Amino acid sequence: MSAAEQSTQQKKFNMDTVANAAVTPDTELPWAELGLKQNEFDEVVKVLGRRPTAAELAMYSVMWSEHCSYKSSKNHLRQFGDKVSEEMKKDMLVGIGENAGVTNLGDGWAVTFKIESHNSPTMIEPYQGAATGIGGIVRDIISMGARPVAVMDPLRFGAIDHPDTARVIHGAVAGIGGYGNSLGLPNIGGEMVFDSVYQGNPLVNALAVGVMRHEDIRLANASGKGNKVVLFGARTGGDGIGGASILSSESFDDTKPSKRPAVQVGDPFAEKVLIECCLELFKGSLVEGIQDLGAAGISCATSELASNGDGGMEVELTSVLLRDPTLTPGEILMSESQERMMAVVSPENIEAFEATMDKWAVEYSWLGEVTDTGRLIIKWDGEVIVDVDPRTVAHDGPLYDRPYARPEWQDALQADTFKSSEAGANLPSTGAELKAALVELMASPNMCDKSWITNQYDRYVGGNTALASPDDAGVIRVDEKTGMGVALATDANGRYTFLDPYHGAQLALAEAYRNVATSGAVPMAVSDCLNFGSPEDSDVMWQLAEAIRGLSDACLVLGVPVTGGNVSLYNQTGSTPIHPTPVVAMLGKFDDVDRRTPSGWRADADGQALYLLGTTFDELDGSEFANIRGHLGGLPPKVDLAAEKTLGAILINASRDGMIDSAHDLSEGGLGAALGEMALRFGVGARVALDDLCERDGVDAFTALFSESQARAVVAVPRSEEVRFNDMATARQFPVVRLGVVDAASNSLEVQGQFDLDLNELREAHEATLPKYFG
Amino acid sequence: MSATELPLIGDYSTPAAALSGARIGVVTFPGTLDDRDAARAIRMAGAEAVSLWHGDADLSNVDAVVIPGGFSYGDYLRAGAIARFAPMMSKIVDAANSDAKLPVLGICNGFQILTESHLLPGSMIKNDHLKFLCRDQVLRVENNTTAWSNQYAQGEEITIVLKNQDGQYVADEKTLDALEAEGRVAFSYVGWNPNGSRRNIAGITNAAGNVVGLMPHPEHAVEAGFGPDHTGTDGLGFFTSVLTHLVGGQK
Repeated sequence: MSAAEQSTQQKKFNMDTVANAAVTPDTELPWAELGLKQNEFDEVVKVLGRRPTAAELAMYSVMWSEHCSYKSSKNHLRQFGDKVSEEMKKDMLVGIGENAGVTNLGDGWAVTFKIESHNSPTMIEPYQGAATGIGGIVRDIISMGARPVAVMDPLRFGAIDHPDTARVIHGAVAGIGGYGNSLGLPNIGGEMVFDSVYQGNPLVNALAVGVMRHEDIRLANASGKGNKVVLFGARTGGDGIGGASILSSESFDDTKPSKRPAVQVGDPFAEKVLIECCLELFKGSLVEGIQDLGAAGISCATSELASNGDGGMEVELTSVLLRDPTLTPGEILMSESQERMMAVVSPENIEAFEATMDKWAVEYSWLGEVTDTGRLIIKWDGEVIVDVDPRTVAHDGPLYDRPYARPEWQDALQADTFKSSEAGANLPSTGAELKAALVELMASPNMCDKSWITNQYDRYVGGNTALASPDDAGVIRVDEKTGMGVALATDANGRYTFLDPYHGAQLALAEAYRNVATSGAVPMAVSDCLNFGSPEDSDVMWQLAEAIRGLSDACLVLGVPVTGGNVSLYNQTGSTPIHPTPVVAMLGKFDDVDRRTPSGWRADADGQALYLLGTTFDELDGSEFANIRGHLGGLPPKVDLAAEKTLGAILINASRDGMIDSAHDLSEGGLGAALGEMALRFGVGARVALDDLCERDGVDAFTALFSESQARAVVAVPRSEEVRFNDMATARQFPVVRLGVVDAASNSLEVQGQFDLDLNELREAHEATLPKYFG
Repeated sequence: MSATELPLIGDYSTPAAALSGARIGVVTFPGTLDDRDAARAIRMAGAEAVSLWHGDADLSNVDAVVIPGGFSYGDYLRAGAIARFAPMMSKIVDAANSDAKLPVLGICNGFQILTESHLLPGSMIKNDHLKFLCRDQVLRVENNTTAWSNQYAQGEEITIVLKNQDGQYVADEKTLDALEAEGRVAFSYVGWNPNGSRRNIAGITNAAGNVVGLMPHPEHAVEAGFGPDHTGTDGLGFFTSVLTHLVGGQK
């Protein structure tokens, strides 16, 4: 349809103009159906000094939603900005508030990364929900001026044997692969957890990382009066409109389709072209400001660009290219159609901008221009339908100090320890029992081999992937000349956080920090995705408040700033919330990725000494072993951030100085799982003994194998480096104990005096679980 | 690339000491993903990588062409079906069929484009297990006389990266018999057939040996630390093969 035909169609609407709103103050508006509360609607009326037009109501309702405004969490999130030392600010080029934070890598390089949730769309339509999660986070990275270089995806599903889990996991994994693979972005890691608390509300979080030169950093603001505003990429359609049908009262046209999918539909090809096209725009310095269109679509892009810039913008909405010409102005403003970007272009660059669009065959339309009036004016065929101060839409939304209180059941939960419970009776103690327990653990849903998932993702494209799942962190080379690169790990433990939100969140941070350090990188910055239940439930609100307090306190101690992230609330099935799940993504830096440390030993490491760093306590509460026995209670493992820092320093130095060839952090599943995973990594056996460890730390063999005490890692040290390595650990007064040696000839994991576990048997059990359930 | 320049757009500059001075084109379509990897592999083999844009109709005097993997035009309609109509493809088809017999390597989506362009017989359909699969794959070199395989030993087993959704090679029985009889199966899968391809075919060549298509990705296995199992470099032989071919004439 030509633009002229489209415009004729659009004129059929009976517009609710600003002039009309001023003279019809009593018109009933569907604010409640759009999700606004009475007090919020009253506030809109107060801000405008009149009732909003239908289009204005659409904008405020979506921009003041929990998702866009963070109205329940903002009070608490401030701590991420407040608890920051000068040292932590040193490398932060762009902090919280932009599309994604930017961290300095040195030599003129910068890195931007962010993690976001796409939980509810994935429950409804797993393939498109997960796919557009990748699409959205990648556009955030492009809008900063960066080339996206990798993605990761922490996933949480319901019980592995529940029939609906197969529907969700097949769709979500295929969606992430289908979209990410088509963008040419390696998927370098993530997580996979099965727990019935996520049955009605799976968690699909998506992380993207991008790199750029300092001078290429772009911000979302519209500056320079007279600069032009352009919308480009895919056309705007009716997908992703929440509650759009109620706006149909705007229209005279009875024949228009009224029910539209609330889940967006992704087109990865359009996004891939958009990436290349944007990077060419950046290279030619052809845009003054840029913003991706995600949640809240044009409402969000126009109001944020305008309020972050010189304060004014005027656009003509009939200029928007549509997939569906029957869309109303309110629907156009709220549509979350994917693969769209909005940019501000100075008049002298218009020609070059259009040439770039034409080269990549990307559609675009000029919508209007930047003004200095401080008003965002949106017109429909020349008539004003929106006239607002953009700040009131984008930044001055409602703010709630929701009541929160420690749940009354928390004490009883913490008192119910694993070893005092029925599930904790008759623990394995003989060698045969310990062996069977380790095999069972390694085959359990959360500990089993994930390659059924990761093999559906391209981990090689780009040629810069130095480590990927199942290693502790994903590692990407940034500079091919120097080998400089970044490491990324994401971690969370919903069970720990359920038992103790403050420390549980810190444990997520500690594990992500440890994973990055284990790979050999220096931890630098954090992005977090806080997945919680309803903030209107005071128990959940307490979990959220405690988790944010814990995370921000720990970030300060570890010296890693939060540079961005996302809060996802209302994750629950009926009135039952998910476990509080703060997913922490840690970014680290390598001077040279050649120094990276893989998570297992190869055959040529035969004879290398295996050391355990750190102290093992009797900490089984909330563990994976307790989980396979069906128990959740007690207190999670102790947090010791000082020990994490020292351990990190040892691992990083040992990697840099060539003292270790492989390393693996101890987390879920404890030492038993770590040794099993290291041996299976390249299929090479080892002989270890637990006697020295048990004697030093006062624990039995079962506890030594399955306790989930923190700040621990296993390393493989070449014989020639043993003295130097021991000296370094001793100098830092960090506990270290020699466990045994790599044994390339054995093809088994032998725990002397306990058991000899054939690696084929272990591998079979480890790899069979996901295919058994999902084919 | 200079140390201060971000490779926002594929960087195809030449190292100072290109061994043969050969120029090898890398075609980029909308949706091509592995063009930068292919260019890197060409540079690591010692040649100059030349960027070729699908919409242009000028081969820029290249000595050989790589059509890299990806999802040209989103694989919409059918993998490679739209790309074959690009002006650049007409030039490539003509040059490959000419007396000069321009060496052409199609990888993954590039292989699909070559079959759609009728430079090679057969076609690719969805993997028999219906999923995208990424893994380190062992191949056997079945024909080491092509422009792209002459640096391997006949029967040599190599490990490179396999990653595809539509990788199941199919053709009618007569064509398959002919391919095998004429030694035109250039590479085959070893151990496990990862996509249900007929006769375990991973890659084929035309009769003249200048056009080769294969599903797995040699360009992801050229640099130690970034290839299969983070160590493998078995794919480099494809690119040194074509340089040898260009220097010494057809083997």
